[in-house]
Amino acid sequence: MNREDFPMLKKDIIYLDNGATTFKPQSVINAIANYYINYCANAHRGDYNISFKVDQEYENARDAVKDFINAQKREEIIFTNGATNSLNMIATGFFANNIELGDEIIITKSEHASNVLPWFRIAKNNNAVIKYIELDDNHHVTLENLQKIITPKTKIIALAHITNVIGDIRPIKQICALAHQNNIFVVVDGAQSIAHMPIDVQDLDCDFFCFSAHKMCGPTGVGVLYGKKELLEAMEPADMGGGMNESFNNENEVLLKSLPARLEAGTPNIAGVIGLHAAIDYLQAINMHNIYEYEVKLREYLVDKLSKISHVDIINLNSKTGIVAFNIDGVFSQDVAYYLNRYNICVRSGSHCAKILNDETKVKNTIRISLYFYNTYEEIDKLVDLLSDKQKIINEMF
Amino acid sequence: MNQEVGREIIRKNYMNPYNKVTIDNPNYIKVNTNNESCIDNIDLQILIEDGKIADIKFNGEACAIAISSTSIMIKELIGKSISQALEVIKNFEAMLEEQEYNKNLFNEAEAFKNLQPESRKTCAILPYRGILKALESYNK
Repeated sequence: MNREDFPMLKKDIIYLDNGATTFKPQSVINAIANYYINYCANAHRGDYNISFKVDQEYENARDAVKDFINAQKREEIIFTNGATNSLNMIATGFFANNIELGDEIIITKSEHASNVLPWFRIAKNNNAVIKYIELDDNHHVTLENLQKIITPKTKIIALAHITNVIGDIRPIKQICALAHQNNIFVVVDGAQSIAHMPIDVQDLDCDFFCFSAHKMCGPTGVGVLYGKKELLEAMEPADMGGGMNESFNNENEVLLKSLPARLEAGTPNIAGVIGLHAAIDYLQAINMHNIYEYEVKLREYLVDKLSKISHVDIINLNSKTGIVAFNIDGVFSQDVAYYLNRYNICVRSGSHCAKILNDETKVKNTIRISLYFYNTYEEIDKLVDLLSDKQKIINEMF
Repeated sequence: MNQEVGREIIRKNYMNPYNKVTIDNPNYIKVNTNNESCIDNIDLQILIEDGKIADIKFNGEACAIAISSTSIMIKELIGKSISQALEVIKNFEAMLEEQEYNKNLFNEAEAFKNLQPESRKTCAILPYRGILKALESYNK
């Protein structure tokens, strides 16, 4: 769908690494260029026309994000520099002061590093305990397995909405219901879900939700931290500085602004935020339901074809998203990626930043295909054709 | 060495890597070498006797280029004195960087000359970096 909108798709490459980042449509590129060309000024400095326009565009973007994820209030949307930054802000700005000796933080072994290491750090500093939900045979989370490890000491459940290697969609709504019955906070890493399915944070009822713009057709270097207002109110700003203070004097009396400015110190990534707004407009025009349905059909087509090749071992057969992780029997994953690169096909090999997942899958490295709406059935045919001849792969690896 | 001959040497060493085995012998210096930018991860074991490299063994998970380069490097270095080994390593790096080098120092390692794409040079150099680490720790 909509391939003509993407300059990168005119370069005769097959891009199957959308879990890492997505291509940008011309409308996003134009929106960013338009800012730099026609109204380049700082935000929150509305003494002259172009600066006033920046303020308007920046805050319009916040409204667009609010609507896109159906947040209740615009103050619940904080612009960050990406999902990793958002997750770290939650861990150090909110939980570091609330986690005590013996408290438990629940994650899984299939999380991305960005939803593991911030919790590891808190656990070490505050003498808290990391616990892992046992994954089922498909490496998926089940409510039963979550319930088993919840104790009165459990304070946080931090999970990816969709994991970046297994590609399973977690039952976040049910997890939040169970967590809240037990006074547990739920942090959702939405980096892999935001671009691929409709998101409604009020329906999910999660406490925090994080994502990056660049994985949803937007620019790099900008992301979002969503949090329920009362939680963000209690959050310690990661940075102190301009734009977030109301007043201060030489007696070190500092009055901070209210949300959302309080958590956005310094000149923000204005161009990035404007680009993110354009990306949201673009995706909404296609419709998130359509994107999800198309991707799942494309995935089924791919998995059906790959399953028929005897030397292909698919790790995540039963996930209902565009992520397919597999190996070619006896060939190192990186060699497969290099081989496909000869045919201008971009796939990722390795552990994909989920470095404790191999405890679960017993497979250290995989080749990962991550689809998006601009991928086609013809591209899948070409990929499958290249993977079907193992001897050809080995011959052309060097 | 023409490109086809080079490719064949690389392929052969990948299919039948030399000394790809782990040995349980405390006299061997152990060193791990891995690439930050990719997923190659190789353990090397080096035996130095009378100031000479008497043996090298390796194991691990890595791409074809890294495996093959390790196999070839081991054959190039066994029997060399430490200073000769350092000379081989220096010249191998120079060759990859397209600088002047002494090709008489190599037997098979010249197969990696003009290695493409550029990103794979880090795979070829990986075992040499590991040996350097081991030789440095030996000299201490």
